[in-house]
Amino acid sequence: MSSSDSNAMTSDLALVTAIRSGDQGAMAALYDRYSSIVYSVALRVLQDTGAAEDVLQEIFMQLWRNPGAFDANRGNMAAWLAVISRHRAIDTLRRRRPENNIEDLVVSVEPDLAGNADRTRTMDKVRGALETMPSTQRSVLEMAYFEGLTHVEIADKTGEPLGTIKTRIRAGLLSLRKVLAA
Amino acid sequence: MSVHEQFADDLALHALGSLSGEELRSLQAHLEGCASCRRELELLRGDSSLLALTTTGPQPPARVRQRLLSAIAKEPRMPVRETVSESAGRRRSWLPVLGWMVALALAIVCIGLLRQNATLHEDVASLRAQFTDQASKLEQANAVVATLLDPDALKVELVAAGNKPQPRGKAIYERRTHNLIFIASDLPALPAEKIYELWLFPANGGAPVAAGLFKPDTHGSATIVNPPLPNGVAAKNFAVTLEPESGPHESPRGTLVIVGVGG
Repeated sequence: MSSSDSNAMTSDLALVTAIRSGDQGAMAALYDRYSSIVYSVALRVLQDTGAAEDVLQEIFMQLWRNPGAFDANRGNMAAWLAVISRHRAIDTLRRRRPENNIEDLVVSVEPDLAGNADRTRTMDKVRGALETMPSTQRSVLEMAYFEGLTHVEIADKTGEPLGTIKTRIRAGLLSLRKVLAA
Repeated sequence: MSVHEQFADDLALHALGSLSGEELRSLQAHLEGCASCRRELELLRGDSSLLALTTTGPQPPARVRQRLLSAIAKEPRMPVRETVSESAGRRRSWLPVLGWMVALALAIVCIGLLRQNATLHEDVASLRAQFTDQASKLEQANAVVATLLDPDALKVELVAAGNKPQPRGKAIYERRTHNLIFIASDLPALPAEKIYELWLFPANGGAPVAAGLFKPDTHGSATIVNPPLPNGVAAKNFAVTLEPESGPHESPRGTLVIVGVGG
């Protein structure tokens, strides 16, 4: 689906507006659009289908109860849900209570990720950037992001200095941004 | 805008939720006053979301969708945050009005209570005056009765000069309350085993009603106050007879001593 196709599709904002008024059909449509993203992120972190399903259910139930948590003016739905899914999965992994309210998480991504075609194009660029990234940097980034390890834990695990780990994490994130800006 | 370099690495860690302890508190304190670092944090979260979006995997099982849709169908629609805020705003806008209404209601209640209080004060004052008046009258009555019944009180019957005092008596009877006061004087001393008895003669001509046995003092004086009598008996006359002390006393059988002038 192209960008124009995505415009023809009911917008995320329209769906959220319908959900605010209790439209269960809108909720189903939003689930169909983004459940695979939420589920794949949770499954990548948790490596457990049952736990990933629980995260998926919890996130969409929260969205049903509080659709106002998503601010379409400050981010796009795909990126926001991906970040929330990762946060909830990490909380589950560490068996801790959720540390962030979903409405407190503001996620800013420049490219339009609402349509499948736009999202696929963007992801191809990101994957390309990860492949060209030094393995030490990519490894640190993935340990921090998908395994939920802190910089201190990564430093212990790799034997690298703490400052180096911090710098690699930040540099890795910024390199993804630069790829999209190019 | 530029990011404060000393917080640059910590911003990236915070975007991943890795920061804790003093490092986290220090950064949060800085973020409250630094818009550029807040903006950078949002961008770093966006960067991290790209990492998340690179993941691929199987589609979630269909049962999760069904479970979710069943759950939202069963769960009552929760008010969205904006609605809550709007409602809160409406509630706030009503608060001053509500406050004034409560104050007005309290004022009305207070005025009512003050009026009721004043009325009660008036009632209490009236009752106190009545009580004082009744107490005064009762005191006077007690003094009269005490004087009449006092055996040491001097009782002198005044008659026309040169006449020998004769036995006499005075009965004061009030039918409604059947109160009776009888005062006798100059009665002859009682013979042995004899006693005086007062009689009430009903107005309807019925049999005389016994109104009390009595013995006069050494001066021949005697007083009877409120002897037991039937209710509502109208009297036309009274009399005193001399009866055997041992009785019977239900009807006059002895000698008539004094009798009412009208009898």
